[in-house]
Amino acid sequence: MNIANWLRALGQTTINALAHLGFIFRFFIAVLLNTPMAVTRARLTLREIYFAGVLSLVIILVSGLFVGMVLALQGYDILSTYGASDSVGVLVAMAMLRELGPVVAALLFAGRAGSAITAEIGLMKATDQLLAMEMMAVDPLARVAAPRFWGGVISMPLLAALFSTAAIFGAYVITVQLIGMDDGAFWGNMQAAVDFRMDVLNSVIKSIVFAVIVTLTAVFEGFDTEPTAEGVSSATTRTVVHASLAILAADFIMTIFMFRGV
Amino acid sequence: MQRATIDLWVGIFVAIGVISLVFLALKVGNLMTWSNAPSYRVEAHFDNIGGLKLRAPVKAAGVVVGRVENITLDSVSYEAIATLNIDQRYRFSKDTIASILTSGLLGEVYVGFDVGGDEETLKDGDTIIKTQSAVILEKLIGQFMLNQASSLAQGDHK
Amino acid sequence: MPSSDDIASLNDVHFGYVASRPVLDGISMRIPRGKVVAIMGGSGCGKTTILRLLAGQMRPDKGNVVFDRQSVPRLSKPELYAMRRRLGFLFQFGALFTDMSVYENVAFPFREHTDLSEELIHDLVLMKLNAVGLRGAAYSRTNELSGGMARRVALARAIALDPLLMLYDEPFTGLDPISLSVVGQLIRRLNDALGISSVLVTHDIYQSLKIVDYVYFVGEGRILAEGTPEAIRSSTDPFVKQFVNGEEDGPVPLHMKALPLATDFLGRAIEERAQ
Repeated sequence: MNIANWLRALGQTTINALAHLGFIFRFFIAVLLNTPMAVTRARLTLREIYFAGVLSLVIILVSGLFVGMVLALQGYDILSTYGASDSVGVLVAMAMLRELGPVVAALLFAGRAGSAITAEIGLMKATDQLLAMEMMAVDPLARVAAPRFWGGVISMPLLAALFSTAAIFGAYVITVQLIGMDDGAFWGNMQAAVDFRMDVLNSVIKSIVFAVIVTLTAVFEGFDTEPTAEGVSSATTRTVVHASLAILAADFIMTIFMFRGV
Repeated sequence: MQRATIDLWVGIFVAIGVISLVFLALKVGNLMTWSNAPSYRVEAHFDNIGGLKLRAPVKAAGVVVGRVENITLDSVSYEAIATLNIDQRYRFSKDTIASILTSGLLGEVYVGFDVGGDEETLKDGDTIIKTQSAVILEKLIGQFMLNQASSLAQGDHK
Repeated sequence: MPSSDDIASLNDVHFGYVASRPVLDGISMRIPRGKVVAIMGGSGCGKTTILRLLAGQMRPDKGNVVFDRQSVPRLSKPELYAMRRRLGFLFQFGALFTDMSVYENVAFPFREHTDLSEELIHDLVLMKLNAVGLRGAAYSRTNELSGGMARRVALARAIALDPLLMLYDEPFTGLDPISLSVVGQLIRRLNDALGISSVLVTHDIYQSLKIVDYVYFVGEGRILAEGTPEAIRSSTDPFVKQFVNGEEDGPVPLHMKALPLATDFLGRAIEERAQ
């Protein structure tokens, strides 16, 4: 009997999870269908690029720089043991482009911009602003959700590229300026090892997928917020947690398809 | 926040974002040299390609001149066929020797070109006739051991 | 019965958020053109639900809601949005957009629904703000406003597109006596000056009896009493008397329905003794 109950609970949880997923997907489609306003009134989207992208610039650039510098120091330490310290640039560039750039940028983006989007929309819901909009015959999906979604989807890949660039620059500063490695070897080895389609393009594809995941989660959780102060805070937490987990899972799946057998 | 200020910042953001994408593509990914440059294909047959991988570089005198585009097995002769994508700027004689080499003991595997003296040059779709297969370390060691063993055996007889 | 003089009406409306507990249980009411109608009742009696049904935000389980000769529950989404342009809705706390200035809040309906030039919008916004006496606050931020001012700005925003019917959800909640009578008088004045009709959901009996033309008392999902303010004041109905005089106990009991005292307090003792 205990097992029967346990099974029933498990089944119920699974069904609820699937229903929730379906709900999110329907929301996604609804946002996509409401895109026209985000395009025809570009200013709305521009404003969201400002809040999601420009305001995340500092954290992205600074973290990128430090990640690159740390990676260079550690990489140099280990690679010099094998007499391969020339490959530090390759190590950093590959690590950043293939994994760390898109993933860490997306995690930071979820924490910085995703939570802000959820909190803003959630607060609008808690204070009846979304309902007021609806009562004024303006669809919040078109006026609030779509511009934020597209603002995030446009900002995130640029942020990921900036993150990788900052990291490579950080590695350059450490290995070439500080340790005194040869400038030509740093760039030359990097260029010989990094493939445009394989590494750079896949990096951009990953960051676009992550952008959709983070922004969709953030906008959805905002709209799904329970309209209380507690509801807003737990929705914000959910955005960061769910988006981060989804990013890592999606990264694993994409890595399998992109880099297997190479 | 005033509209013009937002516009300006978004403009700056998008500009440096695109610049960094271009940087990654050109300076890091070295897009300029390969994907867009016109190229021609040649085939090379090897008995054994060792650890050669797709997109491994093709080097002549140490300069990267192309990439390995495809690797298949000829089901008749059981030879490995490597399709090499060579930059249009570089011409090689018909009797060029393609060998599979390793940079350093642990380095990457690449295809090396040793240019011959033929007047005619390789064209798109040509096949390189003279090739040198990968040196398989295990086989070398095995052969060395065998030689040692047989010389020891001969020494015993004497 | 509905007549063409009514801007809106509810006919035998049933509604429940969950099937087992009906919130509205057969409600009929008429909102005549040009009048201010108040819907009163204790907290949680379904007053706000009536407004939401009128605005088409929810559909009744049974019965019909009519606005401007259209059946609201039967409207498609585009039709519903078209209908809402002729409807003004004032939320309990105003629901101003916190990311915009006062000016932008009032300009919002013009920007969303019209192609008017910036100069024209400017003039219209100041006109609407003037109508609620807050032209001077046009360039303030929304968080600098007091509760009463925020509600007046929201009122200016709600009347921006000259609606046929204004719906007010608890407009008097949390206001000091001066702001309260300012908002009250404003509701009346705007109603008469713009030639619109108004529905007022409130439990502030004193303020609303001064400004409305007709009152509906709602309780337990039905209409308990109705009449003009004079009729209400002189009513002998025990429910109305309790509400008007603010008596603690009466037809609306102080205590929520519960088990008998003895069972609740001594229940465990009795059970234990039985064992």
